[in-house]
Amino acid sequence: MRNIYIYIMVMALVTYLIRVLPLTLIRGEIKSKWIRSFLYYVPFATLSAMTFPAILKTEGLYFVSSMAGLISALFLAYCKKSLLKVAAGACLAAFVVQLVLLYWK
Amino acid sequence: MQSVQEYKEGIKHGIPIFTGYLAVSFAFGIAASEKGLNVIQAVFMSLTNVTSAGQFASLDSIKNQVSLFELAFLQFIINIRYLLMSTALTQKLGKEVGILHRCLIAYGVTDEIFALSVLRHGKLKPSYSYGLITISVSGWILGTFLGASAGKILPAIVISCLGLAIYGMFIAIIIPPAKESRAVLGTVLGAMGMSFFMTYAPIVSRLSSGFRIIIITVVVSMIAATVAPRLEGDEK
Repeated sequence: MRNIYIYIMVMALVTYLIRVLPLTLIRGEIKSKWIRSFLYYVPFATLSAMTFPAILKTEGLYFVSSMAGLISALFLAYCKKSLLKVAAGACLAAFVVQLVLLYWK
Repeated sequence: MQSVQEYKEGIKHGIPIFTGYLAVSFAFGIAASEKGLNVIQAVFMSLTNVTSAGQFASLDSIKNQVSLFELAFLQFIINIRYLLMSTALTQKLGKEVGILHRCLIAYGVTDEIFALSVLRHGKLKPSYSYGLITISVSGWILGTFLGASAGKILPAIVISCLGLAIYGMFIAIIIPPAKESRAVLGTVLGAMGMSFFMTYAPIVSRLSSGFRIIIITVVVSMIAATVAPRLEGDEK
């Protein structure tokens, strides 16, 4: 059996290199307006793709429960609530709906 | 003194990341102990990797004793989105920020820390990043420890619901700017639509989630940059 710590160190090294190379190699300001625009949109595209549809496929929850979590989060975020409140609201809504559904079955 | 202030602000802004990470890494700790890692190994992995998707995906590889190359390649694919994020961050840092600071900031490039850093007003100060990293990584490690050592005492339904925290946080980050700017709204909707398609459509649904995310990010951001280029001074 190969040592688990060696696996962990290899993973850590690969992940760190991905993070550190751009930060240390790109020192100046990127002049191209297009690239600057591209980089501006990156976080929005990434976070959207990570959230949807993954949020509806949360392990151990009914589709309806995770849907309740999603809708609550969208509503609270639309009202500009803080990160913490939006996150807590999503968890709570899913929890309540899941309990009700479990009770019914 | 200004850097102490920045550090404290980083800590304060990072509290939702702390709670979100606590929930997600709690789930990771449980999964890790089920796949045969002990508490120290699980915590060591969280401390050295700080990446949710990569760590979750590695558990099966380690259990199946795959080759180190296969594990490295898997991590590369899942985490290559950090390459884009780190590149975006270079534009938020002043030229005067030295290599040591850059190496330390790189340790904490995660989706959530990146999102808060890149959307911060003005230039990004290293001490602000250190505040974010301190609080976030604490949550990540603490959750891993609790999940790996005592995860089974919590009912499964609570753990599942806590898993939504991280998505709630993402939504809280993307929705307010999408209200203000139609270009951002288009980016959000475009990325969601494409992600939905790629999750369920034949053939492309076989791609790993990390690979799917990077394709979507590149395609949608390219379209957005072409259709709605940002004017100088737009950046906040």
